[in-house]
Amino acid sequence: MSGWLSALFDTLDPFCGPAGIFTWLGQGSLIACGDAGWGDEIAFGVKVTITLALATLPVGLVIGFLIALAAQSEERLLRLAAGIYTTIFRGLPELLTLFIVYYGAQILLQTVLSTFGYDGRVEINAFVAGMVALAVVFSSYSSEVLLSAFRAIPRGQYEAGDALGLRRWRTMFLIVLPQLIRIALPGLTNLWLILLKDTSYVSVIGLADIIRQTGIAARVSREAFFFYTIACLLYLALAMISSFGLGFIERWAKRSGVSR
Amino acid sequence: MSFVKELIAPRPAPAVADRPLTAAKVTGMIVLVLWGLLAVALVMMVINGWDTAKFERYGPRYLNGLWTTISLVGISIVLGAILSLPIAFARMSKNRVLNTIAYAYVYLFRSTPLLAQLFLIYYGLGSFRAELESVGLWWFYREAWYCGLFSLTINTAAYQAEILRGAIESVPRGQHESAAALGISKHITLRKVILPQALIVALRPYGNEVILMIKGSAVVAIVTVFDLMGETRYAFSRTFDYQTYLWAAIFYLTMVEALRHLWAFLEARLTRHLKR
Repeated sequence: MSGWLSALFDTLDPFCGPAGIFTWLGQGSLIACGDAGWGDEIAFGVKVTITLALATLPVGLVIGFLIALAAQSEERLLRLAAGIYTTIFRGLPELLTLFIVYYGAQILLQTVLSTFGYDGRVEINAFVAGMVALAVVFSSYSSEVLLSAFRAIPRGQYEAGDALGLRRWRTMFLIVLPQLIRIALPGLTNLWLILLKDTSYVSVIGLADIIRQTGIAARVSREAFFFYTIACLLYLALAMISSFGLGFIERWAKRSGVSR
Repeated sequence: MSFVKELIAPRPAPAVADRPLTAAKVTGMIVLVLWGLLAVALVMMVINGWDTAKFERYGPRYLNGLWTTISLVGISIVLGAILSLPIAFARMSKNRVLNTIAYAYVYLFRSTPLLAQLFLIYYGLGSFRAELESVGLWWFYREAWYCGLFSLTINTAAYQAEILRGAIESVPRGQHESAAALGISKHITLRKVILPQALIVALRPYGNEVILMIKGSAVVAIVTVFDLMGETRYAFSRTFDYQTYLWAAIFYLTMVEALRHLWAFLEARLTRHLKR
């Protein structure tokens, strides 16, 4: 089963598969696949970038949703707590957040483990650290988008839910959330494109993403201009593909909306 | 015929109902306590790890870094604003070629990471040393500071061009038409009618762009510019003291918050004629 699946993925691989761009365009050059060139290494970097962005998105969205809920609640304390979160993480540079999470989590784990009598060296997985840092940044921005979407939904919608005898969370999921997604989608689209670009920072803590892989290739082959151009083009391609896909999602979401 | 014979005696106000302890309140308290604990832990960390020698050694370096960040961002914002003017007008022109070029520029720089652009300029263009020396531009591409400034400038120019274009296009057509009806020339119309209205619309996005630039300028630390982030990384690599990052966070947060409040004040001040 898994062999069959991986064979399918190998044939569909857009970079080094039988119909991949590096296989066709990179033959005999620096970006050939296999040991001759850097094609497969860069393809791996693209996979890491996409995986990281896709893994961050749901986490960031859920945290952002919770923060938005807290920020529009009637409870003052909850609003204050949410305000502190967004103020801090929207004010810090993404790079600094990444370092703070990466080294901070390491220190925290080390302290916790040493109280339990473990004195080994703790290494945080760079992928997890990058994911947490990006999710934190993404959630603080998405909470603003979702908050303004919440404000765009009239009170009458909640009251209608009450009148139908729905419970609070059923009102939220059946009535408010579908409209919320439709209103927030353009803002979230923007945030996704920003997230895709922000993943480049994880190369600094050693994760093998596009920038890091092309950087290694550039240093070894001394063709920095060529490889960093490739990196830029890959990000450009990712942005184009995502805006194409997001266009579909937007049209799909609009379909169920009321035409005014 | 009936009428009221006696008034209802005044009654005391209803007792204030106890506000119940809702789940939201409890959650809010717990989260606030967590924030408080975190703040206390960080303060304790700074107090326990206080080292006057380190402070004397790295304090001035931090201030230097802060100045580098501010000057880098300030200069690149101004240069980017100048560069964004032709791009924005090319983007709005009816000339197909100009329009496409400007669109391609904006799209390219907005959809690739600043880090990749910086590497492309610093390492990529830096690898053409012989050619650059023959043109006499090597002094520029040799210095990481100039490369950082250059990449920040062309990056922010793309964003600012979009802001400017959006703002100018948000001014209704009627404003152009009425100015034309009054016989005001195109040039004066732009300067005295369109831009004052457009810039108020653009004020908030410009503020956001400045904040984004302050945050984005941290990447120049990776190509060995000693800005605030660079000095932080330097101090951390020497001391392995987590505090170094906390101090950087304090500096960045202060800058961003100060700017945000300044901008809110500016906006309230400049739009006071629009309040009803």
